[in-house]
Amino acid sequence: MSKGRFGIHGGQYIPETLMNAVSDLEKAYRFYQNDDQFNKELTALFNEYTGRPSLLYYAEKMTKDLGGAKIYLKREDLNHTGSHKINNALGQALLAKKMGKTRLIAETGAGQHGVATATVAALMGMECEIFMGEVDCERQALNVYRMELLGAKVHPVASGTKTLKDAVNETFREWVSRIDDTHYALGSVMGPHPFPTIVRDFQSVISREIKDQILEKEGRLPDAVLACVGGGSNAIGAFYHFIGEENVRLIGCEAAGLGVDNPQNAATMANGRLGIFHGMKSYFCQDEFGQIAPVYSISAGLDYPGIGPEHADLKDTGRAEYVPITDEEAVKAFEYLSRTEGIIPAIESSHAVAYALKLAPTMATNQIMVINISGRGDKDVAAIARYRGVDIHD
Amino acid sequence: MTKLGTAFQNKKAFIAFITAGDPDLDTTEKLIYEMVSNGVDLIEIGIPFSDPIAEGPVIQEADIRALAGGTTTEKIFDLVERVRPNIDIPLVFMTYCNVVFGYGTEKFMEKSHQIGIDGLIIPDVPYEEKEELQPFAKKYGIELVSLVAPTSHDRIKMIAKEAEGFLYIVSSLGVTGVRSEITTDIGEIVALSKSASPIPCAVGFGISTPEQAAQMAKQADGVIVGSAIVKMVAKYGKDSVKYVGNFVREMSSAVHSVS
Repeated sequence: MSKGRFGIHGGQYIPETLMNAVSDLEKAYRFYQNDDQFNKELTALFNEYTGRPSLLYYAEKMTKDLGGAKIYLKREDLNHTGSHKINNALGQALLAKKMGKTRLIAETGAGQHGVATATVAALMGMECEIFMGEVDCERQALNVYRMELLGAKVHPVASGTKTLKDAVNETFREWVSRIDDTHYALGSVMGPHPFPTIVRDFQSVISREIKDQILEKEGRLPDAVLACVGGGSNAIGAFYHFIGEENVRLIGCEAAGLGVDNPQNAATMANGRLGIFHGMKSYFCQDEFGQIAPVYSISAGLDYPGIGPEHADLKDTGRAEYVPITDEEAVKAFEYLSRTEGIIPAIESSHAVAYALKLAPTMATNQIMVINISGRGDKDVAAIARYRGVDIHD
Repeated sequence: MTKLGTAFQNKKAFIAFITAGDPDLDTTEKLIYEMVSNGVDLIEIGIPFSDPIAEGPVIQEADIRALAGGTTTEKIFDLVERVRPNIDIPLVFMTYCNVVFGYGTEKFMEKSHQIGIDGLIIPDVPYEEKEELQPFAKKYGIELVSLVAPTSHDRIKMIAKEAEGFLYIVSSLGVTGVRSEITTDIGEIVALSKSASPIPCAVGFGISTPEQAAQMAKQADGVIVGSAIVKMVAKYGKDSVKYVGNFVREMSSAVHSVS
């Protein structure tokens, strides 16, 4: 079996042109992941630039309203740039810089990873080009302007479904064209090895902090950790240090769009089957001939036909559960958290909040649930207004 | 002599790529016959994929047209079964890993063998992942073509040593598509390959003129042209057959004139 496997998933299914690039990346990562200086610099950036550790907030009103489990929110939305994406962007940019790369390229769906990458590129004095589906550029217009403001060049991608999947295709095509000075800062726990491992390691700071914080506040581990999943980076970050803790339920909430039985969905775990695409073996929404399905979700960040290989393995082994959440449920949860706690979550994170609304009342009042609020919802306000039929200028 | 090796026998080989089902499968059938009668030595039949990450815009758009027209792997198998008895040159499929895997890797190889396909080119399965396809390809006598790129360096000998059919040398960085010049030292890659294996070496990516083809044929055993042909099919559609025929005649005679 080749490198970078999670059970049967993972691997390196990419064109030969990129093989030396990923193997150089792997070598560099193996070196720097144990390098004190590297870790010191990264921790300093996390603490001084991003504002880590992010808060673990007790959502008292929500807890009382739902009448079940005690609910904590991991506030990744409070990070600089407004989401968990900055954790990975900082890690990869620092690694790329150590490798002598001067240019970062990245895909983005909702724009959060694009903004995070553009931000660290500005900070570290690197060139930055972001690939974003045309449809996503439209629904996340504010983020496009933010990236440009930060000095990045944004390429709208007009091929295929014009969303995240196509942005990934186009970033791979760009990387194949220019490798020497360029690092592909992949934004999720997907793609060829070593990306799923590197991104997971940089995001695992989330579960490391949750563990410390909950032990300090409650003196014990949570009963359930909830996170939304598209590619799966915030979820794996929130799960990672709990994988060995068998009593902690790990629940990934995927985007079911208009419903799992409606063709307009992006619920890979519910509807996908084993495939090989974007450098990895994992589950993908596809037709009987292996053509990748055009998926849909109100959330541009979850609008992806596959899922990271480690999640696919966590599903196979039964260690994590994956549940579908519809657009309607996510929008209701978006509004609920805004009104109940005064916290506007990203529409992506709202998928996890939506499942919490169903699960918490079924749990005992002495049980604890942590929801990873992976990002803030300012970017989604215009889209939610449109969804509700309110005409505002964004 | 392997089946794909016959294309390189006593001459430099001219290899053509077309996307099956663009603009429709009837035209693909006519194009295959037309290219054979104009001197092509091997045809790569592209099975369209929804997300072809190694392709430039020309072949991406051909894939979209073919899929939108209802082309499926099954219908392409039927097409090959029809044309195979009428032509002698080797035929290979070129597609992406999920098309093979999604159909069922063993079933795909078995069916390919039954209909007379000789080889398979999968750009998103590198040396390290060969095991995904190799056991089934071997079982059904399908030669699995390996690719090397300008970035392969120390990997070339390792890849060439185990390569089957012919070694596909990617001429340039980037995706498929017409290029005005090729700056990679092809001769050096060929020499490295030859030091490890006698396998024929064919160069592809970016070649579109008889001059370029002849120049590449001087350095390698064969020349592969895809986007330039697909571009003509895009422009002329069902009427593209005679244009492609003329082009293939010019290109193959340029390649065959090199000794």
